[in-house]
Amino acid sequence: MSDATPTPTATPERPQLPAQSPPVDPAETAVASGKAGSTGRLSWWRGDGGDGAKRNLGLIGVLAALIVVGAVTKPELYGDPNWVWNNVLAILQLASVVGVVTVGMTFVIIGGGIDLSVGAIVALAGVWCTTVATQEFGAGGMIFTALVVGICVGLVNGVLISYGKLVPFIATLAMLVAARGLAASISNKQTQVSSSTFINDIAARKVLGIPILVYILGAVVVAGWILLNRTTFGRRTIAVGGNPEAARLAGINVRRHTMFLYALSGLCCGIAAIMLTSQATSAQAAMANLYELDAIAAAIIGGTLLSGGRGTIVGSLLGVIIFATITNLFAINGLSIEAQNMVKGGIIVAAVLVQQFQYKSFTRLLARNRVTTAT
Amino acid sequence: MALPEDDPATASAEAVAEAPLVEAPADTVAGEVVLRLTDVVKTFPGVRALDGVQLEVRAGEVHCLLGQNGAGKSTLIKVLSGVHQPDSGQVEWRGEPATFTNPQAAMKAGIATIYQELDLVEDLSVAENAFLGHEHRSFGFVRRGTMARHTRQILSRLGHGEIPPGRMVRSLPAAGKQIVSMARALSHEARLIIMDEPSAVLAHDEVGNLFRIIRELTAQGIAVIYISHRLEEIREIGDRVTVLKDGRTTAANLPARDTPTRDLVSRMTGRTIEYVFPDRPADDPAGADLLQVEGLTRAGEFADVSLSVRAGEIVGIAGLVGSGRSELLETIYGARLAEAGSVRMDGRVLRPGVGAAVRAGMGMAPEERKSQALLLGEPIYRNVTLATFGRYARLGFTDAAKERAEADRIAESLELRPRDVDRPVRTLSGGNQQKVVVGRWLLGGTKLLLLDEPTRGVDVGARAELYQVIRALAAQGVGVLLVSSEVPEVLGLADRVLVMREGRVVREAAAGELDENTVLDLVMAGSLMEGAPA
Ligand SMILES: Nc1ncnc2c1ncn2[C@@H]1O[C@H](COP(=O)(O)OP(=O)(O)OP(=O)(O)O)[C@@H](O)[C@H]1O
Ligand SMILES: [Mg+2]
Repeated sequence: MSDATPTPTATPERPQLPAQSPPVDPAETAVASGKAGSTGRLSWWRGDGGDGAKRNLGLIGVLAALIVVGAVTKPELYGDPNWVWNNVLAILQLASVVGVVTVGMTFVIIGGGIDLSVGAIVALAGVWCTTVATQEFGAGGMIFTALVVGICVGLVNGVLISYGKLVPFIATLAMLVAARGLAASISNKQTQVSSSTFINDIAARKVLGIPILVYILGAVVVAGWILLNRTTFGRRTIAVGGNPEAARLAGINVRRHTMFLYALSGLCCGIAAIMLTSQATSAQAAMANLYELDAIAAAIIGGTLLSGGRGTIVGSLLGVIIFATITNLFAINGLSIEAQNMVKGGIIVAAVLVQQFQYKSFTRLLARNRVTTAT
Repeated sequence: MALPEDDPATASAEAVAEAPLVEAPADTVAGEVVLRLTDVVKTFPGVRALDGVQLEVRAGEVHCLLGQNGAGKSTLIKVLSGVHQPDSGQVEWRGEPATFTNPQAAMKAGIATIYQELDLVEDLSVAENAFLGHEHRSFGFVRRGTMARHTRQILSRLGHGEIPPGRMVRSLPAAGKQIVSMARALSHEARLIIMDEPSAVLAHDEVGNLFRIIRELTAQGIAVIYISHRLEEIREIGDRVTVLKDGRTTAANLPARDTPTRDLVSRMTGRTIEYVFPDRPADDPAGADLLQVEGLTRAGEFADVSLSVRAGEIVGIAGLVGSGRSELLETIYGARLAEAGSVRMDGRVLRPGVGAAVRAGMGMAPEERKSQALLLGEPIYRNVTLATFGRYARLGFTDAAKERAEADRIAESLELRPRDVDRPVRTLSGGNQQKVVVGRWLLGGTKLLLLDEPTRGVDVGARAELYQVIRALAAQGVGVLLVSSEVPEVLGLADRVLVMREGRVVREAAAGELDENTVLDLVMAGSLMEGAPA
């Protein structure tokens, strides 16, 4: 093997340049060919999530701005550290159920799909696990039922999409309608009260001053992060979403993996169903209404590419927390839900625009800096 | 053609049947300097892609750009065509300083570009692609009839009247797509046409066709910038050569025909390279049959193909684009379903599907790197290990350190530039992306390598390294089935050669028994469109 770095002694003779151009200085060529060296400095921010990390910095900025808005509008509340701590917990608790759903959604979107049925699956799993018959098996039976219902409905989605070749949008839209219908018919359109104190305690209790729901969110997020960034499952997800043909030709079973992704989303919905049932101490067919929109929006704000192949769990989590913080801000300022929804819509658009812009100008800035430091 | 209406000369030229392919603007002066670049610099994060480039192009000449993979050729032409803006330096277009802020501006000024990576819209028709962005319109409606007629005209001038203008681009073979992007460049009124490795996807006779067109263009005073890694082509078509190395001009305006190859190569690489194929082992090393293919058939692609590859043997397939070579390879690999016939690995019949083939020890580097092989946004190392990360994983947990080390080893042996395996593949030059595609299967653990155009776009030096690596793998007992449009490559690297024409194997012989002309004669009867799926 010959040496990979070109040597400046490359040009034995004087290059024949046009008269007006300066001759090449060998010493400068040496600087220019030190490309590999200069890239070493680049890698500090580049973790396994690629350039997702710096995008997340932007989201943290947005979050900080929201807190500043809160502090300016309600200085008396934000002056009290006790209140602030409780408010943070309230926000996290508010974010927890949608957060769990969003983790599953993030996997599906990175894998090149979309799942519109998540809200409906939460409702179906919630209703199914609170029927009189299921409740006889106690809390364990209820949890088991919710998880199995979630996984199974997700699997049906997955099979329809990967083996039935339905477009994800259509398949999960159909599932949205069907699952809500099934939930309504199982519950007879009634609200089913949960009589399990274990289930009801999940939302009511705190451990070490932090609500259990927040721990569940934390556990799901950590598990999701590990799954995406450290396992073969995560790598396959990115490959399948980024370039399905390349994944297939590399020997990855694209169809089977796609199916698993929807099942994973279903599993997250099952977990969310238990959390939501616990919060309300009951379940009904209309619960988790429009969760699909919240989850998709949070993932997009978090930098997940709708066309697949790119996204981060941390970004999605930040997206959910930003939404919860907005809701919280409106609540403490006593503003209406309508106004809140309008602002949320605006935020989604703004976030996407800002990210595109910021990403470009950021790389440009980086390029400039590199030049000045390199020469 | 999108011509200004107030130009009577060109308007009437349209009516004449034997009108020239492209009408050069009336005020074209042959020999005048149309383009001059001085000290052009362009940086990307972490890379100085252009670091002081000088270039001077005259009307009516074919100006060749030479340089290793990653030297900055494509970046340079993207600066010219308005895709990138230079950080500093002057671009002088027809005697005046110019800045092209977007591709439309460059096209308006008369610079048409055929990019290295095809940039066609797959789900539009041939005609729509050819006139994308400058459709014939009246009252806001696209005039399909006129556009189709003009497209047909251009295509038949290009020697490909058989490509229907209404056909979806997606359904064309790679070479057909290349013709369409050429048609697109020619649908503009241009003074300068830039071609970035146009011959990489073309078969031998197609290249001849391309050269005929280029001569026609330059005879009209149109300037052509031509990029290729094949020195023979540059000798044949070029007038002057500018050599880039690490983003700098190391030699400008050399005469294309009589600058010694040694000089060109040493200015490109900074060293001398023996462009020879590795020696075949003295004694016949080939072991037991590894791959046995019998009577493999897919209607319209290939019929009744039987072949075998033994362990340690390199078998080459020569044939035109469209002779069914790539389809054959993909079918052996399980990516396409065979209609008849069988594929055996180690004596056992393979079940359909890529998964089974990979488990049996096959690996395939596909023909189209962008659409079939790469995750462009992912780092290099993850692309290199895309097929093997599961092997390094423990209990489903990936081993990034091991993957980086393996990828780095490949990067070194194939001279990947830059050598930083954490960089996204998107930021690599075309030739370096190709090295990633091939490198994926050189990691070890593969028993049979299926290589489809492995050296497409790879520079002279790295090519020699790649041949060495492939030969070394064969010496370790790996079987190789190689498809290439370059006959010398097949003859030089392979032990045994199959010649394919129109989906059938027409000749099988030891590489030593064939010479280039024999193979070309055998191969020539095919045509571009015959192998295409309907
Ligand atoms: N968008 C980009 N971002 C970062 N680096 C880039 C980008 N595009 C090109 N580069 C880098 O600029 C350098 C020059 O690349 P370029 O594509 O111009 O090479 P080339 O001479 O065309 O090579 P090839 O013969 O392989 O096509 C390479 O080091 C490449 O990695
Ligand atoms: Mg290039």
